[in-house]
Amino acid sequence: MNVSDKGGYIKQAWLVLALGGCFGAALAGVHAGLGGRIQANKLADTLGQIPSLVPGAVEGKAEVRIGRPVYRAVDSAGRCVGWVLPAAGQGFADRIQLLIGLDAQARTITGLYVLEQKETPGLGNRVEEPAWRGQFAGKLASRPLAVTKADKPGEGEIHAVTGATISSQSVTDIVNDAVAKFRGELSASSER
Amino acid sequence: MATGDGPTPLERFINGILPENPTYRQILGICPTLAVSNSMESAMTMAAAVAFVLLGSNVVVSLIRGLLRPHLRILVFTLTIAAFVTIADRFLAAYMYEMSKKLGPYVPLIIVNCIIIARCEVCAAKQSVLAASADAIGQSLGFALGLASIATIREVLGFGTWFGLPVFSHSWWPAWVVMILPPGAFITLGLLMGAANWIGAAWAKRASA
Repeated sequence: MNVSDKGGYIKQAWLVLALGGCFGAALAGVHAGLGGRIQANKLADTLGQIPSLVPGAVEGKAEVRIGRPVYRAVDSAGRCVGWVLPAAGQGFADRIQLLIGLDAQARTITGLYVLEQKETPGLGNRVEEPAWRGQFAGKLASRPLAVTKADKPGEGEIHAVTGATISSQSVTDIVNDAVAKFRGELSASSER
Repeated sequence: MATGDGPTPLERFINGILPENPTYRQILGICPTLAVSNSMESAMTMAAAVAFVLLGSNVVVSLIRGLLRPHLRILVFTLTIAAFVTIADRFLAAYMYEMSKKLGPYVPLIIVNCIIIARCEVCAAKQSVLAASADAIGQSLGFALGLASIATIREVLGFGTWFGLPVFSHSWWPAWVVMILPPGAFITLGLLMGAANWIGAAWAKRASA
């Protein structure tokens, strides 16, 4: 097709460009109006999950470590019984947001929760099922976890969701990365 | 694009509900129909989100129908639908957070729901805003009816409840778990569609006799 016959790209596509601008502005407005509320919902969800992520915890106290928020999980007497790290990274379809529970010395992973994901329905979205994410509880935090397709995952291994190796790998990578960074920060601050 | 011709707004509205029902007659939007119909609450949230997106895109497309270029129209439809779907998705995340998590990717997936792009192409790109609105409302009601029929059977048989309200007592109703799981969606949709076709055929026979 000869473009000049139709009067140039701009003449053809101006409607698409104009609509793109209008819808972009509208969505920016929606985000400005609702963004705060959505963040508040996520925060309430995060705080509500802390008791199930760290055994013995009754609530979480927000702190800033490595430039990111983490939650110090405390029991009813106010003692620190663990940590909850919010972490995020690219999944197969979109960003995956996780909450990772650790014990007080950050030696063992105590739980994992999927705060937000848009993975393939029926395959990748199974990472949010308790049976799958429960695999992380009890794993040692000292070395990176590996994803395996073997039926009986060994120590330090996570069994991939069948048909969703990339989603499984993404979640495991996000956990490894966040845990390693946090452990580095925790040991550095305790030596100080 | 031609204007003026085609069914009247009232015909558009009525056609969407039963004669051209999206679920049982056009067999469109089957992915969300199967996926979110295990409870009335999620089915009706999905129906409301689709209604909002359908009405919004039909009105916008009808307003700009004179400016559409044939080879770029699908791009314009998709852009319009995506904008309304994002608004619906953010609204659910802000005001119905639990439901938004439960529906997960099915809300963003409304972008590829064929009911909406079909209505833009068939009706909104060719007819007035009034006809396009009537069409959107009729089709949305038809889709809600389709979802409600499946969700009612699945939730009542699977959980013994309807909209969360108890229908069957758990003391004697065993709650068929299969109805909540994906196979229950296929079984229910298959049987209902068979029934709809059988009734439709019987009516057609009576009308011609």
